[in-house]
Amino acid sequence: MKKLHIVLLVFIAVAIGLLVSFMGSLSTYETIASARQKEGRSVTIIAKLDNTRPVEYNAVKNPNYCSFYISDTLGNKAKVEYFFEKPYDMEKAERVVLKGKMKGNVFEITQKDGILIKCPSKYTDDPNVARKNLNEN
Amino acid sequence: MDYLGEHLLPGKIGHFFATLSFAASFVATISYYKATRSTNPEEEKRWKRLARTAFGLDAIAVFLVFAVIYYIVRSHYFEYNFAWEHSSRSLDMKYLLSCVWSAQEGSFLLWTIWHCILGAILILTSRRWESPVMTVMSFIQLCLATMIMGIYVFGAKVGINPFLLIRHTELFDGAPFLHDASTGLLKHDYLNFIKDGQGLTPLLQNYWMVIHPPILFLGFASTVVPFAFAFAGLWKKDYGSWTKAALPWTLFSSCILATGVMMGAAWAYESLSFGGYWAWDPVENASLVPWLVMVAGLHTMVVYNATGHSLRATYFFIFTSFLLILYSTFLTRSGILGDTSVHSFVDSGMNFQLLALIAVFLIPALILFIKEYKRIPHIQKEENIYSREFWMFIGSLVLFLSSVFIIAATSLPVPNKIFGTNMTMGEDASFAYNRIEIFIAVILGALTAVTQYLKYKNTAGDSLKKILFPTSLALIIAVFISLFGHVHYDKYGTGFLAAIHLAIFCAVYAAIANLMYIWSGMRGHLKAAGASIAHAGFGLMLLGILLSSSKKEVLSYNTTGININFQPAAKQNPMENITLIKSIKTDMGKYWATFISNDSVNPKNRITYFHVQLQKKDSGDLFDLYPNMVNTGKSADDNVFNPDMHHYWDKDIFSYISAAYNPQQENEEDTASFKPYSIGIKDTIFYSKGYIILDKIISNPDNYKYHFTASDTALMADMTIINKDSMHFKANPLFYVRNNRIIAVIDTVFAQDLAISFNGVGENKKLLFGIKESASMIPFVALKVLLFPQINLLWIGTLIMITGFIMSMIRRIKLIRKVR
Repeated sequence: MKKLHIVLLVFIAVAIGLLVSFMGSLSTYETIASARQKEGRSVTIIAKLDNTRPVEYNAVKNPNYCSFYISDTLGNKAKVEYFFEKPYDMEKAERVVLKGKMKGNVFEITQKDGILIKCPSKYTDDPNVARKNLNEN
Repeated sequence: MDYLGEHLLPGKIGHFFATLSFAASFVATISYYKATRSTNPEEEKRWKRLARTAFGLDAIAVFLVFAVIYYIVRSHYFEYNFAWEHSSRSLDMKYLLSCVWSAQEGSFLLWTIWHCILGAILILTSRRWESPVMTVMSFIQLCLATMIMGIYVFGAKVGINPFLLIRHTELFDGAPFLHDASTGLLKHDYLNFIKDGQGLTPLLQNYWMVIHPPILFLGFASTVVPFAFAFAGLWKKDYGSWTKAALPWTLFSSCILATGVMMGAAWAYESLSFGGYWAWDPVENASLVPWLVMVAGLHTMVVYNATGHSLRATYFFIFTSFLLILYSTFLTRSGILGDTSVHSFVDSGMNFQLLALIAVFLIPALILFIKEYKRIPHIQKEENIYSREFWMFIGSLVLFLSSVFIIAATSLPVPNKIFGTNMTMGEDASFAYNRIEIFIAVILGALTAVTQYLKYKNTAGDSLKKILFPTSLALIIAVFISLFGHVHYDKYGTGFLAAIHLAIFCAVYAAIANLMYIWSGMRGHLKAAGASIAHAGFGLMLLGILLSSSKKEVLSYNTTGININFQPAAKQNPMENITLIKSIKTDMGKYWATFISNDSVNPKNRITYFHVQLQKKDSGDLFDLYPNMVNTGKSADDNVFNPDMHHYWDKDIFSYISAAYNPQQENEEDTASFKPYSIGIKDTIFYSKGYIILDKIISNPDNYKYHFTASDTALMADMTIINKDSMHFKANPLFYVRNNRIIAVIDTVFAQDLAISFNGVGENKKLLFGIKESASMIPFVALKVLLFPQINLLWIGTLIMITGFIMSMIRRIKLIRKVR
């Protein structure tokens, strides 16, 4: 066998090893109910902002605390605590992707990028939002 | 039916040229194909002439399409969906241009325009490679022309028509006020209701938006050229000689793609509130990965030109790089990254077309590669382990391995979609990348340092001795940095910290060894030193990335008394923001921070600058930061924030606003919520956080604040506010009579969220006061302040690397000219 073949084999082995270890570090998308069962473990939830209750953020009192309520497609609701500033345009979000841990009844997010706001206003190619804006004009 | 105020001509002209570009690139593809296949020189000449004309026509058409779109946007013709969706009247001229490429169809057009320019250069320079290479170029022009067609074929949407009228979209269906109530038809004067467009989101109203996309798309567009050369090599069964002609193009592509990606990083760092230059966001990764593979292909190409080894690998890398560009296009534009990326496009219904774009290049390239694989020349003899080519090949493999890992992780939503799984990155996505990439950095740094000192074929022992001096010098510098550089990033344990120190050594090693090689290996022959310079720049970049990331510090840890979080979980929480109340000096760790003032300038852009002064406690070093807030124009509360930084030679102090009071509301008086009280002197009023004592009344005060004389009628209350923690504050509300009107001057105690008004004198010598408690009136700014040490190394390293690329490219072009 040539040296190069050995090298290639080593590389393939390393690549597989990397991918396996990477797969091990992955988490899964959960619903609010299943996240409650995995209390204390870090999970990802895709949910909607519960618009019936306000997003609470008072920067004068505490700039590092933002809380709000979410509901998922199964109708479950939960309170979320995010220990950073309120993300831009949060109230307009159609969907939020949250990475954090369930603690009791509260979903806690301790990473800054633990919230991903699907806010179509950033790239205005979404017809639904455009229509909404038109009616607001 | 005619509608009032519509301008239909530009749209018709634009659509005509869009169709023309499709037809012309079709003719160009066929003719170049025929020219490539023909064996008769006369016939070839004729086909070629036709092909060139067609390609020229295509180029003209594409430019005119772009010009028409720009004209529509500039004239604010909101009857066109494009203008309505992407622009508005208030946009500055330069942003009118950038809103053309903020749209999907506009960015495809930008890409196409670069192809036209690159194609023209290829026609002029590539000689015998022209026909096969331009066949591929014309074909991609044909494919991209379909992206702006906007027709439906068998129910599938093909392209987005940039000249679509707004009344032809479904947009008006939900807008009854635009329709005639009796007939249900659109009102003939509907345009009177469409006063302004949606505009460009303020996040994109930035000069980087003017220059970053064109450069990045030039990078994207240029990757097809090496691909076309490689394809031509297999097609014409002239397996190896294309690499000479393609080498400058590969260098060009690597250079521009790197520039574009790093410009994006600089944009993110300098003017977006992402708090850094790289976040391993899928959209960022999607443009990095093709570059990594292109650089791998560049190295194997150089190896082939020098030794005859690695030709098959070159084909593989060059093909893969361009296919990855197409795949990235699919990822970022299909909406599939919707749940993982902050800046991908939403689904525009073109997924099938985007997948087809990959397929039409992947399938022919793959078939040809498999069919011709055996015939691609390779050297049976093994590479010597002491040869440069062996280690260059290893380096290319590492680059490729790294890109496989990054693209696999980025593509997670794809298997989710296909197999219905629901995998996602864990809570700490960046670390999932960093813990792998740190070792890639170690290997690449070391290889970059050593490989230049090896010679092709075999290296004699004594020429290796030259590396001893740079090795020891790098070791000394790296140990010095490790010992005195305060790199204690132990968030992920000592193993990772050790890896960081190792990587720091490798980065220093790469920079030093390559710089010294210019003298020890090439005797200062600078013109040939492009590679060494690029490698040294790469080493510096690595060092900048390592130091700025591992030593990044949050300076604004909230340690102030007012804002302490009393919740039990507070201790583990990051508390990265600090709130500054106007003109109150606040303790911010190593600094004193004061929010001095805020100023609005440029009413068109609605920017408010917040002047924040920082003072280092130990050195007294005083400096100002002006992070700003931009109102989006939609409502008074809708604001975005841009950072500001203070540069030192060795670090940046970086700040951006997380939240701020709204200066526009400051002047609005809402006396409604003042609670009335009537008290006597020495009486107290209780409020939620303590109580207020009326000490005395002073008539016609003449002090630092007010200047009344005996002829005036003015009364000032002298009050003391004592809060729960026994903190004392003073307040002096006042009223005076002028022209028979009582005018009250409200005094505010920001720290207690209090506003006090003195309303006059009531019955029984009682005095009338109004007390308001509210948070919204307090001028405050919540700020995040970060320290990025050695960030300049990253930018300087990038510039040096780009310079190296350009030098190599010029040299390779000159070498080709010499051979002719």
